[in-house]
Amino acid sequence: MARTRISGKAAPVSFIGVSKTYGGEVVAVDNIDLEIEAGKLVTLLGPSGCGKTTTLRMIAGLEMATSGKILIGDKDVTKLPATDRDVSMVFQSYALFPHMSVLENVSYGLGFSGFPKSEARDRARAGLDLVGLEGFDDRLPSELSGGQQQRVAVARALVLEPQVLLFDEPLSNLDAKLRRQVREDIRSIQQELGLTVVYVTHDQEEALAVSDVIVVMRNAAIAQIGTPRDLYDAPVDAFVADFIGEANLIPCEVVSVSAGSAVIDVDGYRHSLASRGLPEGRAQLAVRPARIILDGNEGFDATVAKATYVGVRMEYSLETAFGSIFAVQDDVMNPLRPGSAVKVSFHVTGPVLIPSE
Amino acid sequence: MREAIPEKTAHPVLIYWIIAGWVGYLLLPWYGIEDGFFGLEWLIDGYPFDEDYAPAAFLIAQGEKLWLSPLLIPLIAPLLVLRRNKSDPVYSTVLILAGGFGFSWLIAQGFGIGLRGFNYDWLSTVFGSLGDRQFGMGYGALIIASSFLFTFTQGIAARGAVNGDVFVVSAIGGVIVIVAIFVFFPIGNMLFTAFVTDEGGYSLKIFSEKFFDNRLWGLGCFAGGRCGAAVNSLFLAIFVGITTTALGLAFALVVTRSGFRFKSGLRALTVLPIITPPFVIGLALILLFGLSGSVTVFIADLLGGQPTRWLYGLPGILIAQTLAFTPIAFLVLIGVVEGVSPSMEEAAQTLRADNWQTFRTVSLPLMRPGLANAFLLGFIESMADFGNPLVLGGNFDVLSTEIFFAIVGAQYDQGRAAVLAMVLLCFTLSAFYFQRAWLGRKSYTTVTGKGDAGVHPLMPKRLGIPVIVIAGIWGSFTAIVYGMIVYGSFVELWGVRNTLTFKHYITAFSIGFNEHGLHWSGAAWDSFWTTITIAAIAAPLTAIVGLVTAYLLTRQSFAGKNAFEFGTMLSFAIPGTVIGVSYILAFNVPPIEITGTGVILIVSFIFRNMPVGVRAGIASMSQLDRSLDESSLTLGANSWQTFRRVILPLLRPAILAALVFSFVRAMTAISAVIFLVSAQYDMATSYIIGRVENNDYGLAIAYSTTLIFVMLAAVALLQFLVGRVQIGRRTQFMTGA
Repeated sequence: MARTRISGKAAPVSFIGVSKTYGGEVVAVDNIDLEIEAGKLVTLLGPSGCGKTTTLRMIAGLEMATSGKILIGDKDVTKLPATDRDVSMVFQSYALFPHMSVLENVSYGLGFSGFPKSEARDRARAGLDLVGLEGFDDRLPSELSGGQQQRVAVARALVLEPQVLLFDEPLSNLDAKLRRQVREDIRSIQQELGLTVVYVTHDQEEALAVSDVIVVMRNAAIAQIGTPRDLYDAPVDAFVADFIGEANLIPCEVVSVSAGSAVIDVDGYRHSLASRGLPEGRAQLAVRPARIILDGNEGFDATVAKATYVGVRMEYSLETAFGSIFAVQDDVMNPLRPGSAVKVSFHVTGPVLIPSE
Repeated sequence: MREAIPEKTAHPVLIYWIIAGWVGYLLLPWYGIEDGFFGLEWLIDGYPFDEDYAPAAFLIAQGEKLWLSPLLIPLIAPLLVLRRNKSDPVYSTVLILAGGFGFSWLIAQGFGIGLRGFNYDWLSTVFGSLGDRQFGMGYGALIIASSFLFTFTQGIAARGAVNGDVFVVSAIGGVIVIVAIFVFFPIGNMLFTAFVTDEGGYSLKIFSEKFFDNRLWGLGCFAGGRCGAAVNSLFLAIFVGITTTALGLAFALVVTRSGFRFKSGLRALTVLPIITPPFVIGLALILLFGLSGSVTVFIADLLGGQPTRWLYGLPGILIAQTLAFTPIAFLVLIGVVEGVSPSMEEAAQTLRADNWQTFRTVSLPLMRPGLANAFLLGFIESMADFGNPLVLGGNFDVLSTEIFFAIVGAQYDQGRAAVLAMVLLCFTLSAFYFQRAWLGRKSYTTVTGKGDAGVHPLMPKRLGIPVIVIAGIWGSFTAIVYGMIVYGSFVELWGVRNTLTFKHYITAFSIGFNEHGLHWSGAAWDSFWTTITIAAIAAPLTAIVGLVTAYLLTRQSFAGKNAFEFGTMLSFAIPGTVIGVSYILAFNVPPIEITGTGVILIVSFIFRNMPVGVRAGIASMSQLDRSLDESSLTLGANSWQTFRRVILPLLRPAILAALVFSFVRAMTAISAVIFLVSAQYDMATSYIIGRVENNDYGLAIAYSTTLIFVMLAAVALLQFLVGRVQIGRRTQFMTGA
């Protein structure tokens, strides 16, 4: 028997001015433009109710766009129902058919794609191999653990070699340890087969870990699109800065700008960094907790309010003239005591200027 | 492979219906065949040239029935767009116009031209006298009408309705048309008669006179007199609804959540009344509690008093209906009680609720939709019940029997019957409304795509003990009642000559041998075989229509869905007596001329029982998570394939229930049947009622007993064929691995 292999037929996805409203009033998705490159894993990230799941379901064809155009490959699929789109989806609840065995579940879609029975079976087996479930053919979904059910759901979607593979919060029903492993599995299958994957999650760590590109959504619109590093290091606004990783938002004054570089003032402490097009005047500084220096001689004044030992590092709450900030330090051998006064300064590449609200 | 689908220009479904349309036009007899829908004698009797059997094309070729010739236009038109793409506006427009025109023309000519030429004077004025006439439509017209209808729906689908889904649009169109023809048309036709005066004109006055009649609304019973029929019916129905729901819940809880040892016996016992013609319970109660009933006589002897007639009236009907309809509530509630996800209950227990608190705060609220459904069913069944009030009513008038007497009695007052029917309809529709208001918009989806590994907890003790006691008492009572039926069938003459005999069975079911071989010489055989045949044909049709409708209602959203739901459920709210009368009035004349045939019986059963299938389907489908359908759709199945491969297999219990129900109800129905039977197609129930009217109780009970056993066998067979569904849930008392 020639070994059947699952391969990818990745295609790009484009949203052109797509909106979705329910009953003419509730706007779920508001006029978004989005380009998803073929072979990339793109995550839609945002708090609940931001429109990310609706966006995903519009790619699947389970929801129809109210206005705008959706392209998969170079084909306009805006009006095409789910059945006729070359897209498959892994559901949050997995949606395995409880009356069918694992193999029947996985070969379900193949039957409608015109594969002869024997080939459909071979492909389904290959799909199960790919997710590491060989030998589970005749089990019923109810006889599998949550992680196994999840992998069956992935195999069922994969074997169709879809142009786009969609994941709707696939890890939310798994325990924490399994989450890391499954997300790595998903990522490695995606890279191995070169699939276009669109992935919905509300967990920023998960998004940072798996994505080529992250689309942060807020209030039915896109807040920022970028690589994980872009989003982490150069958030466009306070929302993104706070949603991706943790960030201290510190009010500051831009004192002078020259040649793309700005000098800022925080409570008397001067620091220079990229101006990112901001003019002189009030602004905000997004500083990751790990990019804060507490043992220098310069900086602004703060008092240690709380010190917590978490094993690999120390976590500090600091009281300052403009409110409390949160810092982590790798030095666990010489912790600062609560109540002690410190000078706070920033790493050279740490802080990012964002517009004041 | 899959990318190719949207661009294809072959339309297999459309081609199929076009061919069907041409076959209907060219090959099949256009008009109804006298010797019945299923007779095939026409094939050798002058077909295709004889006027009675000729297809439309042959009629026109011979210069007759020329008004059928415009149908050629919509038959040809779809052929011209076959090669076009589905998204081409010309494609959809041509299909919509062709289908719409063809169907409208069929209806127009059907109603316009009847047995005496033009049906309406203004048509004769405009076109002059026709000089020709036509009879009821037959195979040809039926097929061609379907062809036009589905051409039309495919046009609509191509326009983009319901995401361009041909299956869904066609299903909606099909259900709308058959419901319109077989529910709205006869009922509308009938309700008009509420306003008809003796002279044939229309008048509001005559309606209000009949509506505000004291026989309808009188409250005299609170002052020692008699109440009106409407008041009686309402009172009785609420009472029956509550008792059947409570008892049904008790049985369901005992079966699913107790360690009670005779659960399977209880299950079987509760199925018994379903397979019994309702009036048989009335008969058994008479044997027990009637004037010469065993219990009555025994107590009279014991206490030395006179036997009383207390049974006849409200008490008798109440007991009989509760016996008869508790199993319906049980069937509804067992699905609901099992459907409550064990993990919800386990979650509640881990949140420190004890058994009783879990039951009260989680299980019971989750069962609310089911309880409401059960009450609704009991209420409406009681309202529509005809057999028991007929046998046990005494002076206690209820609406359903009053309608019957208004039509067949000395009164012969169609208007009054129509008014009574409207009142009945108001009651049942209000029941629907209250059910909706109470349930709100809560979702109780508890079977999701994930296997559920939980176990139902047992009932709390303080609930369990009374529930088991009540179920036990009611179960034993039912057993006694059934024992009386079987025993009574062997007694020569109850209360007079109590000797045991086979006489009644021999009269009804003797088999003889003569020169032609086997001879069904018993008096009951004719009606028996007719009943079996009709019920067997009606059951699967009912199940199909019901489940497709349920699928549309739970799984699809489309404009006018509420009106659609109302329409499909309407026949449920119409008592059989009204259906019977209205069918006779509507289908005695062309274009649909089926009175006196087996077809009218089948049709009446389908639409009488369809809501049962719909309810069963809705109840189970709303417990299937939508992501199952959605994942099937994203895997490339279309909505028909999803329906067949995912929904239907998961609905096996609902299918079983729908099949059993419609078969059994078709065999036990009496209210509509009593109007629709003919000499050729007599049904078992109307034959038995005839025997009862002749005071031939022995034969009636013997025949009823036989029916019960036949239906028992049918139920067992269906259960075996459809198989038990496994959704992979452990039970509390799992044995083995």
